Amino acid sequence: MNELHLLLAGFGGQGLLFAGKVIAYCGLIEGRQLSWLPSYGPEMRGGTANCGVCVSDEPIGSPLVLAPKQLIAMNKPSLAKFIDTVPSGGLVLIDSTMIDDKISRPDVSTFYVPSTGLAEEQGLKGLANIILTGKLYAEYKFCKPETITAAIKKCVPAKRSEMVEANIKAFEIGKNYK
Amino acid sequence: MAEKVLMKGNEALAEAAISAGCRHFFGYPITPQTELAAYMAKTMPKVGGVYLQAESEVAAINMVLGAASTGKRVMTSSSSPGISLKSEGISYMAGSDLPALIVNVQRGGPGLGGIQPGQADYAQATRGVGHGDARILVFSPATVQEMVDLVTTAFELGDKYRIPAMILADGMLGQMMEPVILPEKQDPASLPKKDWAAAGHEGKRKKNIINSLYLDPYLLEKTIVERQSRYKAIKAAHQMSEEVYTEDADIIVVAYGASARVSRSAVVQARAEGIKAGLLRPVTVWPYPDDAVKKLADSAKAFLAVEMSAGQMVDDVRLAVNGKRPVKFFGRTGGVIPTPNEVLEQIRALAKEVQ
Repeated sequence: MNELHLLLAGFGGQGLLFAGKVIAYCGLIEGRQLSWLPSYGPEMRGGTANCGVCVSDEPIGSPLVLAPKQLIAMNKPSLAKFIDTVPSGGLVLIDSTMIDDKISRPDVSTFYVPSTGLAEEQGLKGLANIILTGKLYAEYKFCKPETITAAIKKCVPAKRSEMVEANIKAFEIGKNYK
Repeated sequence: MAEKVLMKGNEALAEAAISAGCRHFFGYPITPQTELAAYMAKTMPKVGGVYLQAESEVAAINMVLGAASTGKRVMTSSSSPGISLKSEGISYMAGSDLPALIVNVQRGGPGLGGIQPGQADYAQATRGVGHGDARILVFSPATVQEMVDLVTTAFELGDKYRIPAMILADGMLGQMMEPVILPEKQDPASLPKKDWAAAGHEGKRKKNIINSLYLDPYLLEKTIVERQSRYKAIKAAHQMSEEVYTEDADIIVVAYGASARVSRSAVVQARAEGIKAGLLRPVTVWPYPDDAVKKLADSAKAFLAVEMSAGQMVDDVRLAVNGKRPVKFFGRTGGVIPTPNEVLEQIRALAKEVQ
């Protein structure tokens, strides 16, 4: 299975930490090594928020994701801040509802997904994060197909269990988005 | 085997303390430790325990002193500036021979400093928090699993030697999530009884007195000498460390906590380049793993201490190496976490020097 050195970046409230947790749980369920490290402090309250997820078959040394091989960017300041840190050959997923810029990095694979717009159209407000997670999975298999549902069930709080189906639906939308 | 769960270091440590039979938490909130206190606030009432947010750190540590006097497993947690406020109470506990767990999720200092991870409280923790000839046990976890496992060790050794114990973590370990196996739950009633505790005697025995004030210098010295003999026993029996690729290493990187994780990545990369590097990771920083350092000083050519400070633990490396080999230092401060590449560059330069 592919190893992840992933950075999810955007505004606080876009569910980046949650999406990172779902992806981390996929690693946990499959018995792999992993780390999840959020930015913390005042930036969580409305400013930029980001979260690094490493999944590997080797022990994780530093959990800091300074040169993300995979980047999910959900707002302009985050894309601007991190695009140059992606190494050549990296994978970049952009929420094109939130970001109308095109990037000029021919050496990375870039996918523009209007995930915030798609989420609103489908009655899945707030799940643009999981749509992008689905697209990440489509382009880069970081776990077995059956693991995702199990990971979502682990991450959705028990009192909001109705959200499990919505998350699975969002994931599928992202996975099938061309 | 119990199921692995994904938890933040702060929350996992809190759960581990409850599992270890701790039912008394006194604290005052501060970033980046807050999740620990929040977890306690939520969980303690459900297990019949006490969570109390005091009016200040000074009040909280004195509540810990009071509860510890009754023989209960008790703890507090804070981050750097808060530990300074608690240091007076910790000295009183050391002087009163009271075991308790103190958690420091370090951030950058001095003063209010910042809220990003730091390791600049090493000297404070290991040279005795507070005044007097006081030492405390200091454990330095490097994984969320160790944030859990060292809690039980800290409580048990603290009880055995009647000495406060600290877990010296940092903002990175507190905030990050990793898979973790939680320990089995201990019933507080099943913990060994403490015959020295001031917990009521119904007139059936002589009263126990918990005190750190001795106006007769000869009497005070007697208590200090006895306490120092316990410190000596701890140094002899409880140095803990981990070694990675040290058997044939020319360069020994010495780092604890978050710095050790970064250094581990750098050592793996150095090995891939053919540089014989290894990592010595202190798990206890008081007592310092002197014996492991001394042994490696026989075979290695040079040492490199890596810290998130301006150079504190490096003193302990130098003391143990005792002039036998060169000891270099690399550190970042103010909440900046060193990168594996920065450490790798230091290893490369040192490898060239000692060739």
